[in-house]
Amino acid sequence: MKKIITTPLTEEVTTNLTAGDIVSITGVIYSARDAAHKRMTETLAAGGALPFEIKDAVIYYLGPSPAREGQVIGSAGPTTSGRMDAYTPQLLELGLRGMIGKGKRSAEVIETMKKTKAVYFAAVGGAGALLSKHITKSEVIAYDDLGTEAIHKLYVEDFPAIVVIDCKGNSLYK
Amino acid sequence: MREISVERITEAIREMCMEANYTLSPDMQEALNRAQCTEESPLGEEILSMLAQNLKVAKEEKIPICQDTGMAVVFLEIGQDVHLSGGSLTEAVNRGVALGYKEGYLRKSVVKDPLIRENTNDNTPAVIHTEIVDGEHVKITLAPKGFGSENMSKVYMLKPADGREGVKERIVTAVKEAGPNACPPLVVGVGIGGTFEKCALLAKKALLRETGEPHPDAHIAALEQEIMKECNELGIGPAGLGGSSTVLAVHIETFATHIAGLPVAVNICCHVNRHCSREL
Repeated sequence: MKKIITTPLTEEVTTNLTAGDIVSITGVIYSARDAAHKRMTETLAAGGALPFEIKDAVIYYLGPSPAREGQVIGSAGPTTSGRMDAYTPQLLELGLRGMIGKGKRSAEVIETMKKTKAVYFAAVGGAGALLSKHITKSEVIAYDDLGTEAIHKLYVEDFPAIVVIDCKGNSLYK
Repeated sequence: MREISVERITEAIREMCMEANYTLSPDMQEALNRAQCTEESPLGEEILSMLAQNLKVAKEEKIPICQDTGMAVVFLEIGQDVHLSGGSLTEAVNRGVALGYKEGYLRKSVVKDPLIRENTNDNTPAVIHTEIVDGEHVKITLAPKGFGSENMSKVYMLKPADGREGVKERIVTAVKEAGPNACPPLVVGVGIGGTFEKCALLAKKALLRETGEPHPDAHIAALEQEIMKECNELGIGPAGLGGSSTVLAVHIETFATHIAGLPVAVNICCHVNRHCSREL
């Protein structure tokens, strides 16, 4: 049975999610991938503030294709999450509660998720045209110069995902 | 001698960039349909059904099948009786890629310098492989390659003593390690033999073969089948969430090699194995 969840994603919600749960996500989420993660980390190191409220936020590892006129966004499926592992523990410590991507995570990320009660969702890789239909608003809020890698504030409705790593560290991946 | 203007190559590549990114070839679609019929896991079956819907939406609405519209890999087979006129061939290819990616609302995923990493903003340069062949035609094949799967590819320099079993074991291990990262169900392109760079190129070319078409040599075709069976017993399944459809096809290409060597390259491709060809 599908679990309906909304963002911001609270600890109360994540502690009730188990690896294997099929979820539907509605609310604001933020896109960020390699270059945006690097820049966020550099910003933090320089004593700056992140471009969005990280507490209870959900990051979608996404670099969309461009939108045609009249479209909200182009193709919008997940990228491989493991490339963000080097940057993720720091964001989790700051309150990042959910991540949407595809593929394996490092032991360090999973340990930090257990500590901070965060969850990792998989969206279906290579289904970007279909997933784009669940994104109803998209706005670049930071790092515009990075093109597809800019941070987009997205509003998603009934976005389909699967809990692959829960906040107890259980993983659906073998 | 036949004269072909490079402008025609630009035009063909412009159109092919869009075609390849909105529509999978019929053989790939059939392979995915077959997987959906045989998948044992209910979740795996549901994911394959999502992929089928995704292909339908992509084709009807001209939305890229995957947001990673790839780095453009272009194979050019140029007949030795052809004279290419009207400018630089490399520039003509890159102009076609730039036009196609702009007009098709395809993602620009190429950075100019691998360490400085500034986006070129038009998805150029393409990776171009030219080959001089007999005749007076030019065959263009475009294969946009996504990097979720490209990143999971491998080259091994095995010893002759590793033999058939060693080759098999490495390929299955590469698929196992690729796991959910490479967006299964996968097409596995393999090059065996040649030199370090030759086997990598063979592996890439193997991805262009009609999906599931066996190698003409019986012993290689048998190896393809064995590897596919073992891979599908790994249980990785669609999207890596468990199931019996991990690999749609294993394509092996071979070449003569040195008495001291057994090079093996494994080029992993996701279920969005895009390629299209045209002949001028």
